[in-house]
Amino acid sequence: MATGVQRASQLTVADLKGRVDPDWCPGCGDFGVLAAIQKALVDLQIPNHNVVAISGIGCSSNLPGFINTYGMHTLHGRALAVATGLKLANHDLTVLVTGGDGDGFGIGGNHFIHTMRRNVDLLYIVMDNQIYGLTTGQTSPTSRIGMKTKSMPFGNIEAPVNPISMALAAGATFVARGFSGDQKHLTDLIKQGIEHKGFSFLDVFSPCVTYNFDNTYQWYRPRVKKLEDDSGYDATDWTAAMEKSLLWGEEIPIGKFFERTDLPALHAAEPVLNEGPLLHGELRVPADVARSFIEELM
Amino acid sequence: MKQTFAVAIGGAAGQGVATPGDIFAKIFSRRGLSLNAYNAYQSIIRGGHTLLTIRTGPEPVTNMGDRIDLLIPLNQDTMDRHLKLLGNGASCIYNADTIKPGVAADGVQLCPLPVSELADITRNKVAQNTLAMGAGLHMMGIGFPALEEALREQFKKKGEAVVAENVGVARAGYDYAARHFAAFLNPLPKTDKRYAVLSGNIAMAMGGAAAGVKFYCAYPMSPSTGVLHWMAAHARKAGIMVRQVEDEIGVINMAIGAAHGGVRAMCATSGGGFALMSEGLGMSAMIETPVVVIDCQRAGPSTGVPTKTEQGDLWQMLGAAFGDYPRAIAAPLDIADCFKLIPEMFNLVDRFQCPGLVLCDLLLSEGRLGVDPKDLDFHPVIDRGELITGTNGNGAGAGMATNGDYKRYRITESGISPRAVPGVPGHIHTVATDEHMEDGVLISDEFTNPIKRRAMMEKRMRKVAGIEAAVRPPELRGPRDAEVTLIGWGSTKGVIEEACEILNEEGISANQLQIRWLVPLHGEAILELLRKAHHHRREQLQRAVCALPAQRNQLCAGRQHSQIRRRAFHASSHRGSRQGTARRKNETFRSRARDYGLSAGWEEGDAHGNRRTASKSTDGGRFERQG
Repeated sequence: MATGVQRASQLTVADLKGRVDPDWCPGCGDFGVLAAIQKALVDLQIPNHNVVAISGIGCSSNLPGFINTYGMHTLHGRALAVATGLKLANHDLTVLVTGGDGDGFGIGGNHFIHTMRRNVDLLYIVMDNQIYGLTTGQTSPTSRIGMKTKSMPFGNIEAPVNPISMALAAGATFVARGFSGDQKHLTDLIKQGIEHKGFSFLDVFSPCVTYNFDNTYQWYRPRVKKLEDDSGYDATDWTAAMEKSLLWGEEIPIGKFFERTDLPALHAAEPVLNEGPLLHGELRVPADVARSFIEELM
Repeated sequence: MKQTFAVAIGGAAGQGVATPGDIFAKIFSRRGLSLNAYNAYQSIIRGGHTLLTIRTGPEPVTNMGDRIDLLIPLNQDTMDRHLKLLGNGASCIYNADTIKPGVAADGVQLCPLPVSELADITRNKVAQNTLAMGAGLHMMGIGFPALEEALREQFKKKGEAVVAENVGVARAGYDYAARHFAAFLNPLPKTDKRYAVLSGNIAMAMGGAAAGVKFYCAYPMSPSTGVLHWMAAHARKAGIMVRQVEDEIGVINMAIGAAHGGVRAMCATSGGGFALMSEGLGMSAMIETPVVVIDCQRAGPSTGVPTKTEQGDLWQMLGAAFGDYPRAIAAPLDIADCFKLIPEMFNLVDRFQCPGLVLCDLLLSEGRLGVDPKDLDFHPVIDRGELITGTNGNGAGAGMATNGDYKRYRITESGISPRAVPGVPGHIHTVATDEHMEDGVLISDEFTNPIKRRAMMEKRMRKVAGIEAAVRPPELRGPRDAEVTLIGWGSTKGVIEEACEILNEEGISANQLQIRWLVPLHGEAILELLRKAHHHRREQLQRAVCALPAQRNQLCAGRQHSQIRRRAFHASSHRGSRQGTARRKNETFRSRARDYGLSAGWEEGDAHGNRRTASKSTDGGRFERQG
């Protein structure tokens, strides 16, 4: 059992193997995402004791148990709120938040919007399979209109959310989409997302082979087109990114939609953290400051 | 009878009730007088009715009392509502230009101020307030320099011209009173004591800072918002990260995230927000990350009465989050205790790695009290428990070396497992809200194993015994063999304390059992105290146990609580006779309880906020012995 590596130069994929093997269905898209995260951490050589993987609840949210970094398997929909608190307590940590579309865009929708506008420095990877898997196949916020599930057996009549447009509108400073079927491209996006100093959103098509027969690997492969292959595309242009985000159908863009680097991350915007992480700060209020607090009241 | 003096200022919200209140409070406390202030208001920013009462005196003033000595109505509505509450010896200062007095009781002095003659009301919109302050202080026998100093501090940011104008207006009121109004019989005394005047919300925020809280987050909700305001205003000086969050679900989860990172994290809300936090509390217990949550209760259910107090959240607190888990719940007894309790609670939850809940209410949160500055101790004992931060972070010990077999949830006799925070080499682990094994691996991921599940549940629950041993049982205050024992929890302490004093003066010996720790409750210790109590009748004991908290059903919550009630009644039914005396004393007790707002009779309330018994209580015959 791997238990942590003291020196970054030694970090290998084997060091990042978790205490237990993933229990996802054979063929699940989440395997590809886990492998890409491990590869990205090895490429970046971030010591694994400085990485925290935080998730909510759902199939994909089991991921922190399958990777040998610090981990938090929190409540359904709440991973981003927990991650914000953790990052503010110790901003030296690399924070990865992982989860599914139900967790992030359904029950966690409120935190999704507000964590983006706060520009918390973390990478949020959504393994988007357009279905609720762990509860055995119900409609999700990204299920297409007409999709038949156990909860909408006559077809979904509600329009799906567009996570990329939402992220752009909410002020995310790094917005990208990956495909679990393209490891190399996905790994590259994860590395960029980790290195971006601010909120990075990465929506990943991660097919559910058990409950979603609409959005399969075969369905995606001919449709996904890399933005990086379009030499005319400028990922600093928010309007262009918004336009691209609306494309859906025969052509679905993947890659980096948008990045801006001119806004400080939340922890860098608050002077209280100028002296370093809260964790390592002085616990007590200095005596003269405490005295001034009391004198205000007299 | 305690010598006290109460001034009440009333008007529409936005008419400037707060400023004279602050100035009176400052002047009283600087004279070395204790004070207790309470603002009854409506959930309206402009308009509505507000009545601020400040009760002061040379001895500790523990509650707002039930009589008004000086009423300053800033509008007709206040005059109409409150003049009838004044009794013999009281005065009412009002703007003769705009307000018509009603019929006052015998012995009430009406003091009309010709405001437009004394001040330029086109320039100074709150001239009537300042004139009334000046007039009032003269009648209390306080020299003008005290008021001048307070006004100077109040308006110094607005420049010398504003200071001079206000001092001039105040002087005019002061001098007018000297010529036209009779002073109060007893001038306000002076003592050598020094007081800091603060609300319970400020006290809890400062208590957090003293405890080493480094992360505070909240969603605004009355009456808890004052904690957020103090924290936000003082965050940078105190080195605290303060965040306003999108909802209370986000609040509790963010606080737990920060706590998991290794810092002390706190949040405050009221009943509705606390309801949203419930699932998060379960997470705190399950992943064993300590967090402190304050619930400033207001009247419920649902949105309820946002601006009025009630001890109505006890059931919610006892039942918050599903499943069984160790936790601590305490109710601060007064505003000084709001400060003191927070470091105590943090030490407890850091040691036992569980959630700690502080059950405050509007009466303390928004009330103000003069507190001895020595009671605001910014160097309390800090015990962070078995915390591994790898460095000297935040009061924890340095990291300990492991050979790779660190288990976050190691099964121990105490149930406490050493807690390493993310970032420490050699201690990598994943925490989970699913049931898990010692190393954090989900039981459901291998096989749901009832033996392992039980072992982990028992590990966590063993902490309950430790928490109980770490917390002191409540103590009886007053004569051991008193005829009447008054029981309350939390904020009712001040009222019950004074009720006991009055009963004792009346020749009915009374003592007080005030409960601060609700979980752990120390049920056996409480039973023991009650068994020894000198109760005459089962009915009386029943009232003692049930009726004193603001909501009669709330004290006896939970299995342990109802057991106390049952067993106490059983014990009392074996006690004997003296029924005639008992009945008379019982009636007196009942009438005292009613006078002091101790019964749960909401139906006795009227339109003047919380002062539901004041109309009776100013009757001079009230204190005559009955029976």
